[in-house]
Amino acid sequence: MSIAPAPRSFRSDAPAEAAAARSEDYLWTLNFGPQHPATHTTLRLVLKLDGERVVDAMPEMGYLHSGFEKIGEHLTYNQYVTVTDRMNYISPMANNVAWHHAVEKLLGIDLTPRCRSIRTIIAELARISDHLLSNGAVGLDTGAFTFFLYAFYQREVIYDIFETLCGARFTNSWTRVGGVSHDFTPLVIEKIRTFVKTFPKTLDDMERLLTRNRIFVDRTKGVGVLSKEEAINGGASGPVARASGVTRDLRKDEPYLAYEDFDFQICCASAGDCYARYLVRMAEMRESLKIVAQAIENIPAGQVNVGIDQRTALPTKQQVYSTIEGTISHFELSMSNRGFEVPCGESYGATEAPNGELGFYLVGDGSDRAYRARCRPPSVLHFALFPQLIRGHTLSDVVAVLGSLNIIAAELDR
Amino acid sequence: MPHDLPAIDNVLATVTEQFGPLETTAFRGQTSLIVPEPQSFEVLSHLKEQGFDLLVDVSCVDYLEYRGAKQRYGLIYLLASTTTNQRLTVRVFVDDPEPRVRSVEPLWRAADWLEREVWDLFGIQFTGHPDLRRLVMPEEFAAHPLRKDYPLQGRGERHNFPVITRDHS
Repeated sequence: MSIAPAPRSFRSDAPAEAAAARSEDYLWTLNFGPQHPATHTTLRLVLKLDGERVVDAMPEMGYLHSGFEKIGEHLTYNQYVTVTDRMNYISPMANNVAWHHAVEKLLGIDLTPRCRSIRTIIAELARISDHLLSNGAVGLDTGAFTFFLYAFYQREVIYDIFETLCGARFTNSWTRVGGVSHDFTPLVIEKIRTFVKTFPKTLDDMERLLTRNRIFVDRTKGVGVLSKEEAINGGASGPVARASGVTRDLRKDEPYLAYEDFDFQICCASAGDCYARYLVRMAEMRESLKIVAQAIENIPAGQVNVGIDQRTALPTKQQVYSTIEGTISHFELSMSNRGFEVPCGESYGATEAPNGELGFYLVGDGSDRAYRARCRPPSVLHFALFPQLIRGHTLSDVVAVLGSLNIIAAELDR
Repeated sequence: MPHDLPAIDNVLATVTEQFGPLETTAFRGQTSLIVPEPQSFEVLSHLKEQGFDLLVDVSCVDYLEYRGAKQRYGLIYLLASTTTNQRLTVRVFVDDPEPRVRSVEPLWRAADWLEREVWDLFGIQFTGHPDLRRLVMPEEFAAHPLRKDYPLQGRGERHNFPVITRDHS
């Protein structure tokens, strides 16, 4: 692998004292990453240090770039879902839902009520598992190992639910155009019910462990402060923006799937520091659990995939073997030169992923592959904010800020 | 049932008032405003004053093989308002041999890395950008891989990268 040369200059808008200090040779340049346990993934920071204080930071990305957007132009709309699994790999289900939400927007498909409801449940479980990991990692990086293990145990429970649902624990590839690959079975519903009952206790334990823990609060409060104006101007979204007081949540502002039907709150904070981001994620897990608890008891009956007449989702085996429409539809969808019809148009479909606004800008050209599959990754904009968050803090705060932004390099680089 | 976005007629009216009639298209409830390249910065800056304070995304499409396309590159600016939840897509079309557009980084900091990515993958110059370097590809990479005339499996660039040894790192 080639290692990029050290950057020639730091950004010109660094504070004036930093510019004055640049000529001083006591400043130390530290390469943080690309291989470092506290970066969690493959990203690189070039830090300029004055003793232990970070004078400036220059984030570098691209070490995990694998051309997902280029691959998106060569895979069909159903095949590409496997690639989305690998974007934000700590909540692959949320990416699956986001991808097919965008595709269905381009195709103009109305999902069945059952599909909307079960996709909502799974997307919220994915949000819980994502927040568990990102908060757990903040705890881990600031020295709270027990907290991390509590969080990871519950992630295992969610993995189990996903495994029961679709056979895969991690890279699920569960959604399909116009539906899903596996409908909920009674066992899945039972497991989710159990999770809804048992999870609040763990959440209470986690809050008791860390929320008022003196060491943790001292490490995170007032560190990496992002003001509301900077958050909006920098394009922050999701928990990062909400911790800075931006009351934007696509689940409320542009309700998709079945979010309109459920009662939940948007969790915001105004401090904008690492501690506020931690609190917002903790509160969002409770709200997500509320949505899951409401949805799991009210799953609409009926078909999960859209009907045969829409010609986008594969018909059931029974329909294929016993009806002529089913046979024809199955044949047409399986043949590589047939497939479903895609309009020549462009649309942007966005969902509120655990990390922020995850959207896909799709250009359809009539074929079964996207002409352009642009992914709008929330991590990129958050990582670009990193230098202004870390300036003036110490080296040990780097991991706290990095963890609280929840940078996932696979999503960053795509 | 897809949720309808708030109408943006009021904003489009002010744009028409100031810049004359611009072409708009609508698809799936989303409105796109097509802006000629010389006016792009002024129109975007006007839209920011009209309440579009959030730059959601800057991206690009290479229309090389697209049926009926007149110009090769179509830039996409996705704007949103955090107060009214309106959304607007702004399209700016540029063409070879020197695709060039004015950077909106002075308006939104978010454009910094997004424009670097477009430069990296499509080779579109953003004039006025403070730090236009490659974002995801290595610095010594010569091509712009998301262009349609670039093959999926590359042109063998990987083999030509210098090998860095322990002594010369």
